[in-house]
Amino acid sequence: MKNSLGREIPEHIPGYKEFRLYEGPFKYMPEHPGAAKKIKVAKPRDNKVLASIDEAIEKTGLHDGQTISFHHHLRNGDYVMKMVVERLAAKGIKDITIASSSISSCHDFLIDYIKDGTVTALETSGLRGELGKFLVKNPQAVKKPTIIRSHGGRARAIEAGELHIDVAFMAAPTCDRRGNATGRIGKSAFGSMGYAMIDSAYADQVVLVTDNLSEEPIYPYSIPQTDVDYIVPVEAIGDPAGIASGAIRITKSPTQLLMAKYAAEIMEQTGCLKQDFSMQMGSGGASLAVAMFIREKMQAKGITGSFGVGGITGIFSDMVKDGLFKAAYDTQTFDTTAVKSFTENPNHLEISASFYANPWNNGPIVNYLDTVILSATEVDLDFNVNVITDSNGMCIGASGGHSDTAAGAAMTIVVVPLIRGRLPMIRNHVQNVITPGETVDVIITDRGIAVNPLRKDLLEKLEGSNLPLMTIQELQQMAYDMVGKPEEVKMSQDDKDIVAVIEYRDGSIIDVIRKPLDD
Amino acid sequence: MNNPRKRLRRTMMFVPGNSPKMINSADTYGADSLMFDIEDAISITEKDTARHLVANALKAMKFHSETVVRINHPTQTPFGIDDLKVILPAKPCMIRLPKVEDVSEVELVAKEIEKVEKENGWEAGTINVIGAIESVKGLYNVREICKHPRMVAIALGAEDFITDLKTQRTKTGIELYYAREAILMAARDAGIQCMDTVFSDVKDMEGFAAEVTRSRDMGFDGKSVIHPKQITEVHRIYTPDDKQIAKSLKILDAFEDSLKNHKGVLNVDGKMIDKPIVARAQRVIDLAKASGVNVEEKRAQA
Repeated sequence: MKNSLGREIPEHIPGYKEFRLYEGPFKYMPEHPGAAKKIKVAKPRDNKVLASIDEAIEKTGLHDGQTISFHHHLRNGDYVMKMVVERLAAKGIKDITIASSSISSCHDFLIDYIKDGTVTALETSGLRGELGKFLVKNPQAVKKPTIIRSHGGRARAIEAGELHIDVAFMAAPTCDRRGNATGRIGKSAFGSMGYAMIDSAYADQVVLVTDNLSEEPIYPYSIPQTDVDYIVPVEAIGDPAGIASGAIRITKSPTQLLMAKYAAEIMEQTGCLKQDFSMQMGSGGASLAVAMFIREKMQAKGITGSFGVGGITGIFSDMVKDGLFKAAYDTQTFDTTAVKSFTENPNHLEISASFYANPWNNGPIVNYLDTVILSATEVDLDFNVNVITDSNGMCIGASGGHSDTAAGAAMTIVVVPLIRGRLPMIRNHVQNVITPGETVDVIITDRGIAVNPLRKDLLEKLEGSNLPLMTIQELQQMAYDMVGKPEEVKMSQDDKDIVAVIEYRDGSIIDVIRKPLDD
Repeated sequence: MNNPRKRLRRTMMFVPGNSPKMINSADTYGADSLMFDIEDAISITEKDTARHLVANALKAMKFHSETVVRINHPTQTPFGIDDLKVILPAKPCMIRLPKVEDVSEVELVAKEIEKVEKENGWEAGTINVIGAIESVKGLYNVREICKHPRMVAIALGAEDFITDLKTQRTKTGIELYYAREAILMAARDAGIQCMDTVFSDVKDMEGFAAEVTRSRDMGFDGKSVIHPKQITEVHRIYTPDDKQIAKSLKILDAFEDSLKNHKGVLNVDGKMIDKPIVARAQRVIDLAKASGVNVEEKRAQA
């Protein structure tokens, strides 16, 4: 079967009873009710604080075949998933689905527990590192393909009851004895708990794992005591070096800076840089560097923006501090500068993943973005964007908020170098689609800029521009002239070799990741 | 093709000739000229690698910028002539002759160029020479050097020059004052362009801007740069501002009007306008146009 992007989707996918094919960004209109939190009755003066993870597993009655969830606010410094999975394995519990909001290379340890049958499925945002390689090479090591969801898509799936969490193990930098938790303080403080908020609100049982159990009441809290079943104090929930990097700095790469400058120019020339505009930018490379050029232009024009969204970096929180934007809506706080701002600045606002990007509510903040600037592993002639696999089909990234923000923003800009190594980054068809081309407006490379022909309004505004505008076909040809046309990677067409299913944010199937064939 | 003598050369960016990555991206930053270096930046063991890499890049890639190759000196080193044998057939726009001290060295390079142009059936003057004065001896011979017909530009190479002078670079540039002036005079006398030396502290953008402004005001056509971020700054400084453009347009319009209507003495805003003022106004407008300023739009706004 083919979906509306022409991607071949198998008729039967293990793990799915039924599924919908992707038809367009806002085509599917659900009419069914959503999931509800399981009703609980707590007794007066119940003690929620347990001695160990083992005790939490016993008290929750976790058993074979259940789904447990984690958030990824500890990024590459997370200890919590490992401490839980190790104890599950020690107790001989099998067939567990891990539903983590994302996976970092610190989760490569999962390979061992997939091999011994403790973990048999993953539902997350992306795959990378050794785990990514392992699953791409051995798709049959798990019972069903990994489900890849965007941040908004995951919130939607939880709220709609498509992703049911039996037990959520939520790392909490600080909580009180009743379960009010915050990421603002504590030795492992990471800022916003945006992803944890949804799991806590909908999981059948919630276990907080904390390395700072406070005797004082915690307020403001990100997770309320009314959602929390148990609390396990541990020595450390994560490695500070992996949780939040020091201040993220703007790249020095001239190529990245060039693309960032083009992005800022596009914003200015299309009229997006106006009083009270809103925007989101990525956390690295060219997309973050745009901040530097935007700041200059805003100061020169004497304008201020309304709000910024996303993973918030210190670069952006400083713009809020300096009065250039009125607010930062934060689902995930990226560096120490931003964590400090989150703690101190009342205009640095915490939002849940659902508030951020869930397409099935009355207005996620992404719907109000004027511009989003995103990166890509590769793009194609239809403006489709891949951010999960490289050109050889290896999983190296995550869906994140890419497709959510692209769908919501009035203008979506994707920055990608024209050539990486010896490979052109504009393919005829991307290896995998995360974000459909119909939601992508401008592709910026270091050698030229292509505007989606669907956006005639933007093309009109850019007429006579001094920017190197060309068609996407011309850009691709330029790359081919330099490095030639690469051979296509051959993928296994066997349904057993499906590594992952990529859900679009509305839950429809936009693509599947297949195993590349060895030559 | 651009007339090599009139071509806009606000920036000439140094690109190490042994770095495929830098050669690959060099053309994206908008420098007017790219100078692939196979001389000082390249160690002796890398000389032949750089020479062949640059030649192949010139043959295989399309460059928007003018291409220049800085060869090793043809008589002071054993590499220069071999460089020419490999580089010239790859058809760069210019050869940069470093440490030039005598017009006979230009002649030597010119002969090699002429030979290759004839062998390939290229028009005479396809490949030209920019010389770099890097010693006191070179400075004393600069007038003769500039007058060689293959020469389209002359540059100052400050690092070797101040070593020869037994001094060091300062922020005021006092140590280079005479050299800059002398080279500039020689260039103007010969009717060729003149490029200022590099500013090597890439972090000091303020100092860089001050130096570029000074050399622009002295009369230099452009600046050698070593980092992409210096390019934007030079181009900004070399682009005439709106006030200059408006004033120049007014002068040119008045001049045209006086020619048409056979008026005598010309004045604009109460100031007498004569031939050199008209010529300078024309240069401002030419530079603005070349820098991508929409002059007609400015005229409409004025």
